[in-house]
Amino acid sequence: MEFRSPEFQPRAVHALHDANLQKALGKARGGFVEKRAQCAAELPEFEALRDTAAEIKNHVLANLDHYLEKYEAAVTAAGGHVHWAKDAEEARAIILGICKKANAKRITKGKSMVSEEMSLNEALIGEGYEVVETDLGEYIIQLADEPPSHIIAPAVHKTKEQVADLFAAAHNKPRITDRAALVAEAREVLREKYFDAEVGITGGNFLVAETGSSVIVTNEGNGDLTQTLARVHIVTSGIERVIPTLDDLSVFLRVLARSATGQETETYTTLSTGPRREGDVDGPEEYHVVLLDNGRSKMLGTRFQDMLRCIRCGACMNHCPVYGSIGGHAYGWVYPGPMGSVLTPLIKGMDGTYDLPNACTLNGRCQSVCPVRIPLPDLLREIRHKQFREERTPKRQKQALKLWRYAAERPALYHFAERLGVRILAGMAKGKGALRRLPFDPGWTGARDLPAPEGRTFIDQWQAQRGDK
Amino acid sequence: MSSRDSILHAVRQGLGRDALPAAARAELDARGTPQHIRPAVDDTDLVARFIARFESRAGTTARIASLADVPAAVAEFAARHAIAPRAVVGTRLGELVWPEDWQIEHGAAGIEVMLGVSAGHLGVAETGSVLMMSGPDSPITHNFVPESHVVVLRAADIVRHFEDGWARLRDSGQAVPRAMNFIAGPSRTGDVEQTIELGAHGPRRMHVLIVG
Repeated sequence: MEFRSPEFQPRAVHALHDANLQKALGKARGGFVEKRAQCAAELPEFEALRDTAAEIKNHVLANLDHYLEKYEAAVTAAGGHVHWAKDAEEARAIILGICKKANAKRITKGKSMVSEEMSLNEALIGEGYEVVETDLGEYIIQLADEPPSHIIAPAVHKTKEQVADLFAAAHNKPRITDRAALVAEAREVLREKYFDAEVGITGGNFLVAETGSSVIVTNEGNGDLTQTLARVHIVTSGIERVIPTLDDLSVFLRVLARSATGQETETYTTLSTGPRREGDVDGPEEYHVVLLDNGRSKMLGTRFQDMLRCIRCGACMNHCPVYGSIGGHAYGWVYPGPMGSVLTPLIKGMDGTYDLPNACTLNGRCQSVCPVRIPLPDLLREIRHKQFREERTPKRQKQALKLWRYAAERPALYHFAERLGVRILAGMAKGKGALRRLPFDPGWTGARDLPAPEGRTFIDQWQAQRGDK
Repeated sequence: MSSRDSILHAVRQGLGRDALPAAARAELDARGTPQHIRPAVDDTDLVARFIARFESRAGTTARIASLADVPAAVAEFAARHAIAPRAVVGTRLGELVWPEDWQIEHGAAGIEVMLGVSAGHLGVAETGSVLMMSGPDSPITHNFVPESHVVVLRAADIVRHFEDGWARLRDSGQAVPRAMNFIAGPSRTGDVEQTIELGAHGPRRMHVLIVG
C-alpha cells in the first residue's frame, strides 16, 4: 500500500471538508461505541477477561521464539508449510512463488491487513493475476481503487449512494440503492469468483501453537469460501499472532468480538489446520502460512513491546475523536487511528510520520477500551520523545516551547505575562464573552469561538478569595 | 542465515537472551491447558440457553425426537421458504429415509446447491454457536455454499463454554480436523453504512434441529 503519511496535514484538512466522508463517519460514529459499551456492560467478567488477554499476550511475547517453533512444528505435522518473511518484499516473493507454482490465474482474498502491509495486491496484479477481494467492504474499496480506511470496516467512509455508483459501473447493471439489494448483488458476482479461483489468501487473527491452526473471524463467511474453494490456501499473519492453546483462544474470542463489532460472537470463527485430509471431498490441497516480521521483532524488549499485544479489533479508532473527524485515509498507510499512529512510525520509520503521534489529543479513550490494555497514549508520547531526541521537532515549535519554559521557570514573569494576556483578550472581547476571530491564528477560530477571559487570572481570583476569608 | 533463523535470532536478541534451555521449554509445555476466567453461564437448561442465544442472532431452531425425524423437519423448513426438494447431506447423519420427491447428494456442494444438511459436532450454550468439523462424511462446503443451512445437533452435545468443547475434543483422542467452524447464525455484513444485512456470502438462513 502506498505510503502517504507525510501528507497527513493536507489530507486531514481535505477529509474535514469532504461532505460524503463526514456523512459516512457521522453514521458510523455512535454505532460502534454504543454496541461495544452495551456488550461490555452485559458481561460482568469483561474487565477480568481483558486482563487475562493481556497476560496471555505478555506470556507469549516473553517466549515468542518457543511458541513460533511449536506452531511451525504443528503446522508441518498437519501437512502444511510455514514460510518466514523478514519484510514485505520477501513476503511478496514467497507468495508470488506459491501462485506461480500453482499455475494460478485467479486469486480470491479474504480480509488481511498484513497483506496490505506487504502491498500484496499491487504485486499480484503487476504479475498479471486477477485478484478479487471478497470481504464486502474490501470489495467496495477495490472497485473504488482505494485503500481501506478502517482495519475492520474498510469501507466505513463510503455512503450507500457511493456504493450504488460503484456497483452500477462495475457490474453493468441498473443502479440500485437498497442496502439488501446491494449486498445480494455483490453476493451473486463474488460467488463465481470463489469457484474460479486457484488460490485463496486470508489473514490469520490467531495462530494456535497447540494444534497448528490458523483462526479467522468473520461475519460474512467470505473468508471461509475463499479458503475452502481454492486449490491452494495461503494464510498471511504477523509473527506476534501466535497463542499457546485452544483454551487461550477462547479468551481472545470473547474480547475480540465485543471490542470490534460489539457482538457476543462474530458469526464465523474458523480454525484451519493443514490441507485437505485423506478422503476429504473438499478443502484446499495445499496450505501455506506466511509469517511476517516487518519490524515486529525490533519492538521486543523496547517500550513498544506492549504494542505487539494488539489483536486488531479497531476499538481504539472507533473511540478516537481525531479518527472520528478525519477518517482513516488521512493517516496515509495501512493502520489508522491510535494503534496506527504507534505502528506506522515503528514499521515505516520516523521519516514522514511526524504528524501521526502529534495529531493525538491524549484524551485516553483508546486505552480505556483496548481489549489487551495497550497504553496507547503513553506509547504515542514515547514516540514524541523519540522524535524530540532525534531532533525532528519543527523549529518554530521548539522555540515556542523554549520561550514557554523560560517563563514557566520564573513565576513572577509568568504571572505578569498571564495578567497582561488575559487583560488584552478581555479588552478585545469587549464584554461579549467570546472572540470570533483571533488576529494571530485565524485558523483556530475558523470554525469556533474562543471563550474570552473576564479580565482577571485564576491566581488573582484565588488570592482575592482567600484574602476575603 | 535463513529468514527463519534470522527472525528467531532477532526475537531472542530483542528479548535479551539466547534460545531457551530445554528445562525452560519443558516448563512452558507443562503450562498445559490453562484455566482462565470464563463468563458465568449459570443456566441449568443449556438447551434453552443455546436456543435463546442462537435465535437472538437471527437463526431458527426446532426440536425433534430422533434422527429419523430429520427428513420431515427439513422438508417442512424447505416448504416454508420455498426451497426446491434437493439437498447436499453429510453421511455423518447416517441413513435417512427421504420423501420420494427429494434429490439427495453427499459430495461437495457446487455453486447451484441451495440447501445443505449437516451434523453439528456440538453446540456452545454461551454464545449459541454450533461447531462443525470437516471430514469425508461432513464436507465443509455444505456449511458455506448453499443459501440455506440446516444443522442437526443432539441436545446432549450442547456444552456450556468453548472450553468444554476443547476438553471433549482432547478426551476423544481424535486429531484436530482440517477445519473447525463455529457458526452463530446466518451470514451477515455491516459493510454498507454499518447496517446489518443477512446473507452476505454464506447462508442466508440457518436452522438448527435439536434432537432429543
